Amino acid sequence: MATMYFTKEHEWVKVKEGIGAIGISEHAAHELGDITFVELPKIGKTVKQFDVLAAIESVKAASDIYAPLSGKVIKINEALDDAPEIVNESAEDAGWLAWIEIADETELKNLMTHDQYNEYLKTL
Amino acid sequence: MQLIYEKSVAGRRGVKLPLSDVPAAAALPEKLLRKASAALPEVSELDLVRHFTNLSRRNYSLDTNFYPLGSCTMKYNAKVLENAAVLFAPFHPMTALLPGGVEFCQGNLGMLYDLGQMLADITGMDEVTTQPLAGAQGEMTGILLISAYHRAKGNKKKYVVVPDSSHGTNPASAAIAGYEIITVPTAPYGDMDIELFKKAMTDEVAAVMMTCPNTLGLFNPHIKEISDIAHSHDALMYYDGANLNAIMGKVKPGDVGFDVIHVNLHKTFATPHGGGGPGSGPVGVKKALIPFLPQPRIVMDDDGKFLLEDQKSVSIGRTANFFGNFAVMARAYAYIIMLGREGLIQVSEQAVLNANYIKERLKAYYDLPYDMICMHECVFSASKQLEHGVHAIDIAKYLIDKGYHPPTVYFPLIVKEAIMIEPTETESKATMDAFIEVMIEAAIAAETNPQLLRDAPVTTPVGRLDETKAAREQNVCCIG
Repeated sequence: MATMYFTKEHEWVKVKEGIGAIGISEHAAHELGDITFVELPKIGKTVKQFDVLAAIESVKAASDIYAPLSGKVIKINEALDDAPEIVNESAEDAGWLAWIEIADETELKNLMTHDQYNEYLKTL
Repeated sequence: MQLIYEKSVAGRRGVKLPLSDVPAAAALPEKLLRKASAALPEVSELDLVRHFTNLSRRNYSLDTNFYPLGSCTMKYNAKVLENAAVLFAPFHPMTALLPGGVEFCQGNLGMLYDLGQMLADITGMDEVTTQPLAGAQGEMTGILLISAYHRAKGNKKKYVVVPDSSHGTNPASAAIAGYEIITVPTAPYGDMDIELFKKAMTDEVAAVMMTCPNTLGLFNPHIKEISDIAHSHDALMYYDGANLNAIMGKVKPGDVGFDVIHVNLHKTFATPHGGGGPGSGPVGVKKALIPFLPQPRIVMDDDGKFLLEDQKSVSIGRTANFFGNFAVMARAYAYIIMLGREGLIQVSEQAVLNANYIKERLKAYYDLPYDMICMHECVFSASKQLEHGVHAIDIAKYLIDKGYHPPTVYFPLIVKEAIMIEPTETESKATMDAFIEVMIEAAIAAETNPQLLRDAPVTTPVGRLDETKAAREQNVCCIG
């Protein structure tokens, strides 16, 4: 079972065996409203923690998506090109955006656990 | 309503032209000749007149009703200003560029020069270029000027700082110019958090882009301090002129440390926009940036004659043909001349008074996240209404049913369910009172009959449009 961590900017990362699957939280997907376009990173791109990884456009706004961890993009969810609504329907599962090869797992200390994230949402 | 193409009847004509007695296209090569007739609608003149008259009756404009679209300054465009534009119509736009041509259009060049001088005076800048064709192009021009300035000085700059309340075009212009964006959050007092701003500032920051008053309609009390900090890092201050209507004659952006400004003539200076444009976005700069301005510049010699100066060495180059949207500038010039200094001050005062009147009368019904004296616009949140399942968009649609153009909704992004109202100075108290009554009705309906709002609009030719489908399945094609 992969462990899930969250950022303050509402991204999540599921970590398993050095690989991180990245997406946006259900809360974020709900706040954005109907998503109309997902700009995914290129495979092979390297990102630093909290740098811009992708962008999501919805009927309300365009938002940058930040990388929860540093690493190299190894896989992207191409299904989102034709069906960005998957992010609305299943933000924390089928609506994942990209997989990265994690560069430094000690960066997890900068992220929140699921429970901590739920507490954080109450403060907003 | 049928499309004009659906009204077409083969062979029907509005005008019958005589047959051509010139040999048909003898000189044109075969490959350029049309194989079949152009697919134009075939209708009578009367069909055509009715079609477009009926279409125009479905339109909404400032000439029909109140248009309180926040951050857009939809003020009345007095009809007399059209006369100013017409006066210049006989002149060919190439005249000034022909050898000796400047002799024949001294009036035109003089108007542009004077307009630049007046805008420089209003904004506290040293020189203005009138070339940029709209606000966003003005921003782009401004950022390119800043970039040219840093390049010339050998500065290594990487970032542009914007508050999170900024217009989306600010970070977009900076990103297109190759800068990375640093966004500074808004503090509870409604302006860019000064402490976080200080942390964001380094010698790698090229510019700080601000709207003042900002998109919450609030004037930043720290603005001078912010400019001083920026300048200590040799970062330039960029003023987004979208909200200039609030401060004309009261504060000159140049006096509080701004180095570059774009002005939206189509907002502040009463020229048409909102589908009726085009826009115009003159850019003003402080002395240090003058060499980089777009060429040709209009200059006045010692005899009071206007000349074109074209020194390409460090200029960012032309940003538009023919000195910009000339007829728009003629209207703005007439507006400034007719109102004069006192008139422009009164414009700002009245615009601010009107916005505060609406804010005070509606704050019992709508949440006001930043409850303080506002400038030319006020920003409510539909959060109270959301408790009943009513969103800002539902209130906006209900206003359409009642004959009003909705305020700006969902902007600024930092206010949840934002409703941003800018009445401008040209509306009477009676008009605003009628609007306020409808806004109060909507707030009451949110509690007693929310479905009424969710079903709106019902009086328009089309109901709720499926915005998601329109954005997801873009399929634009020509009939033919």
